[in-house]
Amino acid sequence: MPEQILKIDKLNKYYGQHQVLYDISFEIQKGEVVALLGPSGSGKSTLIRCLNGLEQFQSGFLFFGGKQITPQEKNWPQLRQKIGMVFQSYDLFPNLSVLDNILLGPLKVQKRQRAEATAEALKLLQRVGLEKYAEVYPRQLSGGQKQRVAIVRALALHPELMLFDEVTASLDPEMVRGILEIIRELSERDNMTMIIVTHEMNFAAQIADRILFLEEGRILEQTPGKEFFQHAKTQRAREFLESMTF
Amino acid sequence: MVHLGTNILFAGNNFVRLLEGLWTTVWIAICALIIGLILGTGLGILRTSKNRPVRILLRLYLEFFRIVPSVVLLFLFYYILPRQLNLNLPAEQMAVLAFALWVAAEFSDIVRGALISVPQHQKESGLALGLNGWQLFRYVLLPQALVLELPATINLATRVVKTTSLLMLISVMDVINIGQQIIEANRQTYPNGIFWIYGIIFLFYFIVDYPLSLWARRLAAKQH
Repeated sequence: MPEQILKIDKLNKYYGQHQVLYDISFEIQKGEVVALLGPSGSGKSTLIRCLNGLEQFQSGFLFFGGKQITPQEKNWPQLRQKIGMVFQSYDLFPNLSVLDNILLGPLKVQKRQRAEATAEALKLLQRVGLEKYAEVYPRQLSGGQKQRVAIVRALALHPELMLFDEVTASLDPEMVRGILEIIRELSERDNMTMIIVTHEMNFAAQIADRILFLEEGRILEQTPGKEFFQHAKTQRAREFLESMTF
Repeated sequence: MVHLGTNILFAGNNFVRLLEGLWTTVWIAICALIIGLILGTGLGILRTSKNRPVRILLRLYLEFFRIVPSVVLLFLFYYILPRQLNLNLPAEQMAVLAFALWVAAEFSDIVRGALISVPQHQKESGLALGLNGWQLFRYVLLPQALVLELPATINLATRVVKTTSLLMLISVMDVINIGQQIIEANRQTYPNGIFWIYGIIFLFYFIVDYPLSLWARRLAAKQH
């Protein structure tokens, strides 16, 4: 029986009076890749940010590894070590070298030994082709390189779930492929569980086991990846897919 | 008999006395800066807190020290504190106290500005790594804020050095006060002494402040 990692049940979120997420419910099993698709402003990013406590939700339930998590959870710092997140704008710390960016979490949050953490960080850097850049500062890197470092930084904490929030949206087109390759490899080689917000439809079609299609804060449909792109259930999703292709 | 005007600088122990005065000036500025920067860092952090009364109180403190002219501050400390609060300190220490509180006020605003100008994304990506509030502050916000605030801090330091020239008003033997004494004592022998003495004082202040000013400008240029 597959192991459930995350379960969301009837999650609602408001900004003041304004409701932005309506009764969101879904589960994700270990090793599964879920892509959140939908038009801009549909709540994809807000939803993924609720999953590691960067946004609070007002009602509903969130379970991680079978344990319930309250929105005002005091243990978020601990949980976030298991729920890695990578953002659109990379957000490396400009005052730290690439290696120190990666080591901040393992050394300060997880209190691991420097030698062991460094060895692992270098191995991860090698894996994304940046082993020569350990001592370099973020401003000397291209956007694609920064994003690769950001992914390594999240992986260094040994997360059980990775959240990718439009990680290729601000990259030059020729950089996108490299990032997507890394994400694909994470799924295929490491069997990493992932939730991906993306506008790269071809990528989602290839990698996602399941698509959640959101509009105006509601999940309109949950469909297996291949099926979604061949014949989506809802009219709205078919229109959306059509608008994304030439 | 031909007088060289410059001789006033080296007659007797005049030059050594001027250097001693300069040392008093620099010493008071350094003490005020060290105390003021430490205090100001704390106040600046508190000014980003969520507690409204604390923020308002510190804002009033800042505005008071910013609006009241430095001369008035010095007189307040020198004449009023001893009488009303029975606090008797040597003039030098009064000066350090007054300047330190002024520096703390100005620096709290620099620290606050730097802290809030670290982008929200940086905070979030720190949180996403599992950093707690203190770790986020220590490893993400503070180092970036320090870089942002350095040019403004150096500018503040040059202003403090300049403003020490007011110290003669509360009888501190700073470089200006000593210069004034030398001029008056030599009025007969060197009628043009005032020109040379203030010339050398100008040079002293320039030598202390200009490197600071250059440093601030280079740092500011690097950031843009």
